[in-house]
Amino acid sequence: MSIFVDEKTKVAVQGLTGSQGRFHGLRNRAYGTKVVAGVTPGKGGSEVEGIPVYDTIDEAVAAQGVDATFVAVPPRAAPAAILQAAEAGVPLVVCITEHIPAKDEAYVAAKLQRDFPKTRLIGPNCPGLISPGKCNIGITAGDIALPGGPVGIVSRSGTLTYQALHELSQQGVGQTTCVGIGGDPVPGTTFVDVLEAFEADSETRAVMMIGEIGGEAEELAAEYIKTKMSKPVVAYIAGQTAPTGRKMGHAGAIVSGSKGTAKGKMEALAAAGVIVAENPTRAGELMVEIVRSLP
Amino acid sequence: MDLFEYQGKQYFARYGIPVSQGGVADTVSEAVAVAEKIGYPVVVKAQVQVGGRGKAGGVKLAADRFEVELHASNILGLDIKGHVVKRLWVEHATDIAAEYYASFTLDRAAKLHLAMVSAEGGVEIEQVAEENPGAIARRHINPLDGLPIEEARALVTEAGLDEAARDEAARILVDLYRCYVEGDADLVEINPLVLTTDNRVHALDAKVTLDDDAAFRHPEWEEFAGIGEIDERERLAHEKGLNYIGLDGTVGIIANGAGLAMSTLDVVNQVGGSAANFLDIGGGANADVMANALEVINTDEKVEAILVNIFGGIVRCDEVARGILTALDRVELSSPIVLRLDGTNATEARQIIAGASSEKVISEPTMLSAARRAVELAESRSGGGK
Repeated sequence: MSIFVDEKTKVAVQGLTGSQGRFHGLRNRAYGTKVVAGVTPGKGGSEVEGIPVYDTIDEAVAAQGVDATFVAVPPRAAPAAILQAAEAGVPLVVCITEHIPAKDEAYVAAKLQRDFPKTRLIGPNCPGLISPGKCNIGITAGDIALPGGPVGIVSRSGTLTYQALHELSQQGVGQTTCVGIGGDPVPGTTFVDVLEAFEADSETRAVMMIGEIGGEAEELAAEYIKTKMSKPVVAYIAGQTAPTGRKMGHAGAIVSGSKGTAKGKMEALAAAGVIVAENPTRAGELMVEIVRSLP
Repeated sequence: MDLFEYQGKQYFARYGIPVSQGGVADTVSEAVAVAEKIGYPVVVKAQVQVGGRGKAGGVKLAADRFEVELHASNILGLDIKGHVVKRLWVEHATDIAAEYYASFTLDRAAKLHLAMVSAEGGVEIEQVAEENPGAIARRHINPLDGLPIEEARALVTEAGLDEAARDEAARILVDLYRCYVEGDADLVEINPLVLTTDNRVHALDAKVTLDDDAAFRHPEWEEFAGIGEIDERERLAHEKGLNYIGLDGTVGIIANGAGLAMSTLDVVNQVGGSAANFLDIGGGANADVMANALEVINTDEKVEAILVNIFGGIVRCDEVARGILTALDRVELSSPIVLRLDGTNATEARQIIAGASSEKVISEPTMLSAARRAVELAESRSGGGK
């Protein structure tokens, strides 16, 4: 099994007629994802390489039945696009948009929680999620993933997600699902959300977690793993040498004072029984060892 | 983007938050002119983005023209923890009866805004949090609900502010929340928020961090552009639109993606080296971006080797390889490049680099081996000692 998506998931791309939406939407379809609709206000009735485009997500849902949307619109438009999808009843929204103001993200998170608790948002500022061989929503290059499991991957970073997939696939170890939760201060879906889903998924037998400096999402994940998780977890935290007070690329990746350091996160995870690797390559090696020793 | 105190106060003033009357001065004579205009006594304050300026001699009370001249000339040019004072804020001195603390920021774990108010202002809030956590009143604010005046009143009461200050402090809190939300700040902090001897409340300091991602809806932020970049390399990188942070080591780093760039720094450190910078060239790693990145790193005299770490996803490695060769034509590099390319079209990319047979570019198959090679090169070129 996979988490959040599978081979039947019908996907709409909000912003399909834009350059990002078109490029990645078509790439996702070429991978085998069921991309059934595009949404661009004012472009309803047109199509992109055979994919019908609608003015609103409501119309797309009514016409095609949509299980997930892929939001690929600029920062100004993304918060409204996410909320429109939630209002239309779409259960899964994947938003790759980078540079959404933090106030808008906090507003969207609060609105989803209060008014649309059935909608899961992944991102913003994330590579999306891929269930190898079944469904790819977002910007991950499908050919670096390997179908069949048994490893689930959850990551805060984009390219490091690819690095993690690559390390495992090269060794012949497949993945059930790989979820990029994004590097922003208010991610819709957190480490804990994804870990819960992996814990409940019978095909996922081990989890690789890629964190980074800033915030306390990894510490909360450690708490969850310690008390609730039975499956082995290997973790790597990026930014062990990051200086204090500087944002390392991602809006969420900043060490302030003694808070948010890689050291603190690694210690919390190790104390929770997680196998902590000092670099992504080592994390891959450790995970391969675990998978090979699984009964 | 962190604002200087004087900019923070100007920002506060837009939202109706009372601040001391004052003015900016870049020279001693300007400082005197401001003081003469607003009337003595005044406080002469260094404008630097680093804590502890008071202890470093960057804040002085002046009773007359002579004292303003004395303090202004001493403070201008003063080095406070590596920040050289270039600008002063001169404001009318305040008779303080009590010092409080107020701030708004985002609680990421709760996904809600967080208000903090304390009757123990004037000292580092981290210190109060550690020594006397009960002295800080905290409240989560749901962005859908905002901060009504009754909530603000309850908060200042809970924090134990003096009765005489509560009404005014509550009103300031509501305005400060508006400044935080509408003003798109990641942090607004008043420390101290003071009660004066004649029972008025106002902001004696201002700490504001703006959310760079919201700049598109704040054309008025234009005036703040370029502040806080004390590093010449960062100024240059910023002009070229690169995501760059200067560090002190000898291995220049270029990677695609913030996570991979951070990870590259980690690995260089683990194999015994030290990174000269963080540089994420993002998804658009074409020849132009690569040349710009190499140009910026080339201006760093400490750099002895450059490590380029690319994982091709959307970015095709063959394009990156061509980009590097194009960049080599454009930039006269003083250090060798160690290149690790993986992912989409990596094989073609390695062939391109091998075919060019440039002495300046060395390919390595993995991130770890590339880091080792770069560190070895950097050490041998700097005479082995570090």
